Amino acid sequence: MRVALFITCVNDTLFPGTGKAAVSLLRRLGCDVEFPAAQTCCGQMHVNTGYREEGVRLARHFTEVFAAYDAVVAPSGSCAAMIREQYPKLVRPGSRGAAAIAEVTPKVFELSEFLIDVLQVDDVGAYFPHRVTYHPTCHSLRGLRLADRPTRLLRNVRGLDLVPLPAADECCGFGGTFAVKNPAVSAAMGADKVRNVLDTGAEVLCAADNSCLMHIGGTLGRQRTGVRVMHLAEILAATETAMEGTST
Amino acid sequence: MSATFLGMPGNFPQNSALAVQDSQLRYNLRKATHTIRGKRATVVGELSDWAELRAAGKAIKDETLRHLDRYLIQLEEAVTRAGGTVHWARDAAEANRIVAGLVQATGETEVVKVKSMATQEIGLNEALAEQGITAYETDLAELIVQLGDDFPSHILVPAIHRNRAEIRDIFLDRMGDAPPDLTDEPAALAEAARLHLRERFLRSKVAISGANFMVAETGTLVVLESEGNGRMCLTLPETLISVVGIEKLLPSWRDLEVFLQLLPRSSTGERMNPYTSTWTGSVEGQDFHLVLLDNGRTDVLADEVGRQALRCIRCSACLNVCPVYERAGGHAYGSVYPGPIGAILTPQLRGMSSALDASLPYASSLCGACFEVCPVAIDIPEVLVDLRAKAPHGPAERAGMRVAGWIFNDHVRLAKAQRLAGRLRKLVPRRLPGPASAWTDTRDLPEIPAESFRDWWERDERA
Repeated sequence: MRVALFITCVNDTLFPGTGKAAVSLLRRLGCDVEFPAAQTCCGQMHVNTGYREEGVRLARHFTEVFAAYDAVVAPSGSCAAMIREQYPKLVRPGSRGAAAIAEVTPKVFELSEFLIDVLQVDDVGAYFPHRVTYHPTCHSLRGLRLADRPTRLLRNVRGLDLVPLPAADECCGFGGTFAVKNPAVSAAMGADKVRNVLDTGAEVLCAADNSCLMHIGGTLGRQRTGVRVMHLAEILAATETAMEGTST
Repeated sequence: MSATFLGMPGNFPQNSALAVQDSQLRYNLRKATHTIRGKRATVVGELSDWAELRAAGKAIKDETLRHLDRYLIQLEEAVTRAGGTVHWARDAAEANRIVAGLVQATGETEVVKVKSMATQEIGLNEALAEQGITAYETDLAELIVQLGDDFPSHILVPAIHRNRAEIRDIFLDRMGDAPPDLTDEPAALAEAARLHLRERFLRSKVAISGANFMVAETGTLVVLESEGNGRMCLTLPETLISVVGIEKLLPSWRDLEVFLQLLPRSSTGERMNPYTSTWTGSVEGQDFHLVLLDNGRTDVLADEVGRQALRCIRCSACLNVCPVYERAGGHAYGSVYPGPIGAILTPQLRGMSSALDASLPYASSLCGACFEVCPVAIDIPEVLVDLRAKAPHGPAERAGMRVAGWIFNDHVRLAKAQRLAGRLRKLVPRRLPGPASAWTDTRDLPEIPAESFRDWWERDERA
């Protein structure tokens, strides 16, 4: 299957290890992964901060870059939700842009959706002998409705001890530019999320969105808690022979 | 919405930064919102047809709003036929003038009030006070707020920011007939308020209410409440004046079936509210006046995305699940409509010319919890994002966003910017200056990698 990786601008720039893990995982499962070099950003930051014009331009760019592929996989629930849920609202119904968007959006999948719904695997043959808790980020949970897809994948990882996160469905307080526009409330939400993470006794906090993990992980780091954050792709890519860490 | 409500003086980020430091407030809000949230989830979960009810509620409201002109005329005819008098108020000033005039015509200088969001929105109590008329709130929580010279901070439970010890102190201090040995037991507090209010009900000749629903077909008004104090106001006084937003209409009596299920379960988390009062025109010689309030609603109706906010039935389920409201509290929103619904309603009704109102569409992490619980399926995140596109933006932010857009528009530019960041990565301090300190005050920055993903791919993977 010809699969295009939409890395997302955040992963591309700040978390290349997640992209490398996604590539190695998808290849292990028999996919022919391509990286269309012209890709940039889905436009979520611009649209959600009120800069629609710039956002629409980036949405148009995305649809052009990915039009030719059978499937587009994004290791980010938030960016996948932006494309699938918000793109159609950015264009006039019946316009040429709307047709282009309608063409490409059904082919866009968040990583765990692609694994379970398209490849139909819930055991990816990973090995990760650690205690892990999972935060189901808002756009994965209420936007894409990933439901138990990520945790099903994690449960089948050998050696992994998955512990439930209290108040998991509550927002971590990142919210894109919300984190700097309303820093006091964002930090208060982050502090509560961190307390819940620490209560689990987990070594690793996992999520399907590095943007949320950047906020929670930044708070965990500032408090010197010793808890690591890892993207779902990095845990699923880990095997007995290729342990995590080699990918970053 | 022309009357200005000032809960706190600053914009939302400033107000909420103060609120998150108030431990007592944080405790009260957390406890109250989580309790109501849990009750709501239980009683909503009981209904196998909740999704259908929600879809019906949305559809009925949309149909009503689409033909609002027709239904309003139908309502006016029905109310008039039943002996009531209908008044039309374009804005807060006109509504206040009409109500003050009606009270003055009775020769009374005191009125009792049923809890009403519309009259708070227009600042009616203050407007009446200027005319020498005293308005007494009779809803227990509104009474607490009024006695404390305070502002409501929640749609359903206006005194949510107060705990029972604070309420006891307010009663002892401000309620003339409170027993001196009053304890902070809920039953004792309720009994003191009950005796205090009973006097008022028996004495007052004029009552002012809002309404949860108005039925166009029959001209019937409907109020849902928990205490029975509203019914006292609705039935005892000789004159009843109801101030109701024009969007509160339902076409037919049958439509109530849907909303009498949606509202109590979403609002107080009860299967049914204790008191549902309905009245049509002048009943048993009572003089009835209906003031239909626009105050910005027609403008909201004209907005294709924003108009869904007019479906709101003021249940406050969105407040009780909102992580931002839970930490910021209601006063930070500077409006009688706090929380997620306030963040989309206030800027639409009032405009975004003040710093506070312009900051409200940003008072959300777009987590979507509000949309999920809304009984009439208002896509609050969608409206927030739409309002952000219309909000004024500062020059520094605009410039930054333009540069970011320019870089993202071309992958070669993006790769160059990434390489530059990679080269400078060792120079980035742990604490950033200026506006960027908003991130590093409480969070570490992620380490910038030496090589971006795209450069790694180009070097390593391209076959």
